[in-house]
Amino acid sequence: MNTIIFSALWGVLMMYLGFIVKKQKSATAFAVLGLIVLLIVNWLEYAGVSIFTIDMQGMLRYNRVSLVFLLITIFSTLVYFLLSGSDIEKFGKSSSDYYALIFFVLTGISIIAGFQSLLMLFIGIEIISIPLYILAGSEKNNLKSNEAALKYFLMGAFSTGIMLMGIAFLYGDAGTFYVEGINLGLGKITPMLTVGMVLLMAAMSFKVSAVPFHFWTPDVYDGTPTVFTSFMATIVKAAGFFAFFRLFENAFGNLHADWEILIAVIAAFTLLIGNITAVFQQSIKRMLSYSSIAQAGFMLLGVFALNIYAKQGLILYFAAYSLATLGIFAVLAKFKDHSIEAFNGFAKQYPLVGFSMLICILSLAGIPMTAGFFAKYYMLIAVIKYGKMFWLVILGILCAAISVYYYFKLVQAIYFKEAGQREEVVFPRSFELIMLANAILIIILGIHPDWLMSLLYM
Amino acid sequence: MFAAFDNFPSLLIWLPLVAGVLSFFIKKEGAPRNISLISSILSLAIVIASLIFSGQQYSALNQVSYIWMPGLGSGFGFILDGLTKILCLLTAIVFPLVLLIINRDEYKNSNAFYGLLMLTQCGLMGVFMATDALVFYFFWELALIPVYFLSSIWGGEKRIKATFKFFIYTFIGSLFLLIGILYLYLKTPHQSFNLAAFYNLRLNAPEQHWLFFLFFIAFAIKMPIFPLHTWQPDAYEQAPRPVTMIMSSIMVKMGVFGLIRWLLPLFPLAIKDYNTWIILLITVGMIYASLIAIYQDSIKRLIAYSSIAHIGLMAAGIFSLTEVALEGVILQMFNHGINIVALWIAADFLERQTGVTQISQLGGVAQKAPKLTVFLVIAAMANIALPLTNAFVGEFTIFNGLYKFNPWIAALAGVSIILSAVYTLNMIKNIFYGELVPATTDVKDIGKTHVLVFSIITLLVFVVGIYPSPIFKIIQESTAIVLNKYGSL
Repeated sequence: MNTIIFSALWGVLMMYLGFIVKKQKSATAFAVLGLIVLLIVNWLEYAGVSIFTIDMQGMLRYNRVSLVFLLITIFSTLVYFLLSGSDIEKFGKSSSDYYALIFFVLTGISIIAGFQSLLMLFIGIEIISIPLYILAGSEKNNLKSNEAALKYFLMGAFSTGIMLMGIAFLYGDAGTFYVEGINLGLGKITPMLTVGMVLLMAAMSFKVSAVPFHFWTPDVYDGTPTVFTSFMATIVKAAGFFAFFRLFENAFGNLHADWEILIAVIAAFTLLIGNITAVFQQSIKRMLSYSSIAQAGFMLLGVFALNIYAKQGLILYFAAYSLATLGIFAVLAKFKDHSIEAFNGFAKQYPLVGFSMLICILSLAGIPMTAGFFAKYYMLIAVIKYGKMFWLVILGILCAAISVYYYFKLVQAIYFKEAGQREEVVFPRSFELIMLANAILIIILGIHPDWLMSLLYM
Repeated sequence: MFAAFDNFPSLLIWLPLVAGVLSFFIKKEGAPRNISLISSILSLAIVIASLIFSGQQYSALNQVSYIWMPGLGSGFGFILDGLTKILCLLTAIVFPLVLLIINRDEYKNSNAFYGLLMLTQCGLMGVFMATDALVFYFFWELALIPVYFLSSIWGGEKRIKATFKFFIYTFIGSLFLLIGILYLYLKTPHQSFNLAAFYNLRLNAPEQHWLFFLFFIAFAIKMPIFPLHTWQPDAYEQAPRPVTMIMSSIMVKMGVFGLIRWLLPLFPLAIKDYNTWIILLITVGMIYASLIAIYQDSIKRLIAYSSIAHIGLMAAGIFSLTEVALEGVILQMFNHGINIVALWIAADFLERQTGVTQISQLGGVAQKAPKLTVFLVIAAMANIALPLTNAFVGEFTIFNGLYKFNPWIAALAGVSIILSAVYTLNMIKNIFYGELVPATTDVKDIGKTHVLVFSIITLLVFVVGIYPSPIFKIIQESTAIVLNKYGSL
């Protein structure tokens, strides 16, 4: 509850800040300050101190998992601001507008983190989506950015429509918007319930870009200015998954045996198509958008298994995936040419940033000693412990092998190839250090993932 | 994580790890080199100490188990038993030797180079000592990644392609291994990764059959066994010298070790069904590799193919399921590791002196470099298992076991030994004797460091060859456990 109000407030403050403060640097500083405040109030709530008590009629309820999820979200956003703040400043006259939009997205994520009612889910997802449409089109003079915004908007609106229809069907069947009420009423499967559930599943698959609802992803990610792709592909995606998991755990948990096959098929195709298509990409940005589909396939395994390991694993996965992808995108955002060849010999020129990027790539590829390994590992364990469909585990591992191929093409470029022509970019010292800190954090999570997951039980 | 440094296994992990990380951050000229050398010599001292303090009363010194992830049933478990001691001894001997040989070399970014070498050592030690499947997998990968970088950055001309092939091969293999480990983990009663818990599993025959292949493929790629060997000659040729030595002397043993520690005790039913076929496959592969070796003109590729043949013999010995052969295999792992380093050092020395690696372009080196010739002839004799050398003891014992298993197969495998004599002696004849050729007119003899290293190797060759019983005593600590499931079948 604290984070909803504070992030909304801070967003409004950021909007007005544009009138008062003209210096771009101070906008970034203020935004970082805002995130620190959010971290603190979130921590307070975690410790049991609620600053506001508002009677929500039980439509929002926060437990440990939601608060840890919010912690990861806010922390990743902080990393994102620190890494990419200077690139956000380059957009338009007043960067504080963009920061305000991102704070509004965080408000939406805070709502999603605690929703107990389908209405809240809907509102949360809308609050997340609308600022993103604007961010996607923020490069007004670029046709691709406009295309991305329009595509994203149309697709988003379409999937929201589907979601609303699903909610309406469910309401018709259960007579309530409360997820618990729906779950309790799941005695027998009625046609109306089935239609509602499948529609919701489709809508959520849109949001997390699962196959076959993934077609918008590469174009939108590619067209959107890289700084904002970074945010969309990580934090927002994690939020989508959190909503997915929470919805299916709380509202349809009793019917798990009936819908698991659907999710299993979606997950399998997402893994396959994401990984195989990523192999053929020439641009790092496009490769990362397909890799984000592939990673979504892994996270879907968690939704499939729906047990305690999946819950822990998803939390770890959000952190591992967000930190690693943010790191790579932050570097990409500094360059105009995103082809893999453009990064030949990168590490020779920028040893520190190159090394940090390497750790991020290794983590995405799921190499042991990095957070990505345990993230993937927990997903597989979750499926194993669930005890059905062992073939998903084998498929997951095979896809991980494929993913190593395209991730390591990038490693080869930055480490082993001779340097070619590249734009001159000077990384500020602070950027290098934050990248390094990010990499070290990934390694720490890779050696001791328990430190993050124990937060769920403290 | 590690609570203390009070026992040998954790020291053997920590020492190279700390040395490696230190090397990364010290930019001073020569410092990383010295740190690595000192750390590797200390590792050797620790292994020797563990050989001395090895009785029952010292078991606390040779075992580690710390809780790592209690929720998952995994802990940092390490052990130094007979099998492990031999391999750790090999690792601990080979690293200082290699570091001595490259002591004078200049490497670009030497801090990273030595750092990665030390991390490799850490990974190897971890693989050999792990008693927890997850930890084993962790170190299995940890040994692979630094080697990948070492070869790709400091390797030869075609390094990127060759190394990538090697990496993809082994990585896919290890993913198969991971599937197998996860399945076994699920089967254990209290969901644990512990080796003892794995040993106690009762798996039915169909399970064992497909799990066997998951594990076997991973190990077979690493060794490598025909027909999964195609990465090896390219990778050896393109990797930088010290890495080639470490890969061929120690890293291939990871696969053999995996067979003994993980595969054999876990899937007795499957192995009983498949072992004849696998031995046949291996034997065919051995002869095939030996025949290719005869026609190789490049010294490096010749050694690589000869290695395939020798490793094949070890694998065949393991699948013969006799205790004699198993003891021979463990001893032979050590011997082969020592001997092949000598061959690589000689090949490397010649390459640097003459600039060519083709046997046909060399000749008459014995006139110019008598010391090198003596040492290399000894190493070559050891490679073809002449009596009095270490490999004779090892391979003779293996053949003994193979013969018990099936005389015909033993005879077939024996052909590859004859072939190995053909190509080794041929190589020696062409390189060292005959007329001097333009490339070899300016060859100088080996320096003091090389003499020292070769002397150590030669000493080991003869000591083990003449008086192997102390080593057999160490080996016997663990052979019985490996085969105890086969007695009742």
